[in-house]
Amino acid sequence: MTHRPIVGCVTGEASGEATDERGVAARRAVEAVWHIESGRLVAGLARVTGDLGLAEDLAQEALVAALEQWPFSGIPPNPGGWLMTTAKRRAIDAHRRTVTFERKAAVLAREAVADEPGVDTDSRVDSLDDPVGDDLLRLVFTACHPVLSLESRVALTLRCLGGLSTDEIARAFLVPEPTMAQRIVRAKKTLTDKGVRFELPTADELPRRLGPVLEVVYLIFNEGYAATSGEDWVRPALCQEAMRLGRVLVGLLPDEPEALGLLSLMELQASRLPARRGADGRPVLLPDQDRRRWDRLLVRRGLESLARAEASGRPLGPYAVQAAIAACHARALRQEDTDWQLVAELYDVLGTIWPSPVVEVNRAVAVGFSRGPDAGLEVVEQVAASGRLASYPHLHAVRGDLLERAGRHTEAAEAFERAADVTRSDVERALFADRAAAARARG
Amino acid sequence: MRYITILKGTQPAGPPPGGLMEAIMALGAEATASGELLDNAGLSPSASGARVAVTGGELSVMDGPFAEAKEFISYAVYEVRSKEEAVEWASRFMQLHADLWPGWQGECDVVKIMGPEDFGPPQ
Repeated sequence: MTHRPIVGCVTGEASGEATDERGVAARRAVEAVWHIESGRLVAGLARVTGDLGLAEDLAQEALVAALEQWPFSGIPPNPGGWLMTTAKRRAIDAHRRTVTFERKAAVLAREAVADEPGVDTDSRVDSLDDPVGDDLLRLVFTACHPVLSLESRVALTLRCLGGLSTDEIARAFLVPEPTMAQRIVRAKKTLTDKGVRFELPTADELPRRLGPVLEVVYLIFNEGYAATSGEDWVRPALCQEAMRLGRVLVGLLPDEPEALGLLSLMELQASRLPARRGADGRPVLLPDQDRRRWDRLLVRRGLESLARAEASGRPLGPYAVQAAIAACHARALRQEDTDWQLVAELYDVLGTIWPSPVVEVNRAVAVGFSRGPDAGLEVVEQVAASGRLASYPHLHAVRGDLLERAGRHTEAAEAFERAADVTRSDVERALFADRAAAARARG
Repeated sequence: MRYITILKGTQPAGPPPGGLMEAIMALGAEATASGELLDNAGLSPSASGARVAVTGGELSVMDGPFAEAKEFISYAVYEVRSKEEAVEWASRFMQLHADLWPGWQGECDVVKIMGPEDFGPPQ
C-alpha cells in the first residue's frame, strides 16, 4: 500500500516551493483528513495521557506536522495511525526539552518505542484502534462533563469532537476569538482542577450524564437553526455539525432512546430548512411552507431514528416526544393532512414529562385544530391568565388565531396587536399587524 | 454540504475478492460512525435496467444492457464539511479496490448535491 497523492501536489518532491494555489489545495486536503480523524485522535491521546488538555495540544502538533509533510509525501495509508504516532513523538520531544511532562511522557515513550521503526508503517493499527468507540465515548462524556458550564461544554465539544478551530467556534457563536480561546483554556483547566478522570460513566450514572451531552448537541443545532442565510457560513453549518454529532452519539449508544430521539428531532427539523425562507428572503412558517421543498432524505432518516427510539420499548423522553410531534408534520404532505389529534395527544404527554408554558401554547394550537378553537382557547387562556409569557409574542399570536377562528374578531385584533407590540422581529411585527388589521376589518 | 459518489468500472471476470467486500463494509461502518455517510447501495448491471431518452424531440425507451465499457456499480451519499472530505472518503474507497482487486479499473465521480449553500442570500 502506498501513499495517496494530494491533488495538484507532486508526491516525493523534496522542495517546499509550493505555489500559493497548490498550498491552499494541499492544506484543504490535509484538513479534510484531520476532520475525519481528529475526534478519535484526541480521544486516543486522552486515554493514553489521561489529560484532555494535553491530548488536544498534542493532536494539534500532529496536524501541523501533517500540513508540513503530506503535501510532499502524499497521504499515508493509515492517516489516523500516522497522526497518533506523530503526536506521541511530539510528546517525547517535549519531554526531552522540559521536565514538565516527565511522568506522562514516560508512558508515551514506552508506547512509541513499541511503535518503532517507522512512523509510516502501514500495517500498524496503532493505539488509535478503538473498535467499540469507548475512547470516543469517554471523550464525549468528558467534554460534556457536568462540572463545566453549558457554554464551556459546547466549546470543548466542537473543538475536541468536531475538530473546529477556535476561530471557527468563535465566529459561530459571535464572540471574539480571544474570548473563545480563553473559554476553552478555562474549561480544560476546570477538568484538571476538579480531577475529572477520562472515563466512562457507570450504568447507574448514564441517565444523569447523558442529559448534559444531549443538551450540548441540541444547543449547537439551534444556534445553526437560528442563523440567517446571509450570515457567515459557519453558523448555518452548525446544524450539520450537530446532526453529525447526533449520529456519532447514536452509533456509540445505539440503545438510548433519547439519543435517537434527539437525532430524529434534528433531522426532521432540518428537513424543513430548504422551505423555511421565501423568495423574498422572509421566513416562511410551517403551515405556509412548500412541502415539496422539504429534504426527503432527512425526513426518511428522521422517521427511521424515531422508529428505533420507539422500538426500544423504553419510555420516551422529551426529545423523542418532540420528534414524534415533528414526525406528524413530516408525514403530512399537505398542512390539512396533519394528524392534529395525535399531535395534541403527544403535547399532552410532553406537558406531563416536561411541563412548560411554551409547551402549553403549542398544545393549544394542536387542540385548536383537533377539537376546535374553543377547546384550544381553554388551554391558551390558562397560560395567559398565569401571567407567564406575557412578553412571548407567540402566546398572543396563537390566542389571536384561535379567537379569529371562533369568530371573536375584535378580541382577535387586540391579541394580534399585543403580539406586534412585544415581538422584537420586524418581520413578525409586520405579519402580526396585518393579521390585526384583517381581524378589525371583519369585526 | 452533500455529495453523491458514483462508482463506475469494468469488472474482471469472477466475483470481487472476499477481502475487498470485507474492507468495504469496514470502511462503510467507519463513515457511518463518523456521522458522514447517509446512504449507500450497490447498483445492478445495466442489463436489468433501461434508458429513457429524448432525441430530436422524440421519446425512446431502450432496455439494457448498454454498450459502454463501464457499468455503474454503487453510489454513496455523504454529508461533509468540504469537497475535500468527500474526495477523501472516495479516495479511501478507491484505494481499497487498487490494493485488493488486481486488474480492476474504474472511477468514482464525486458530485455535489445542490443545497441551500448554493443559492446566495436573496437580493
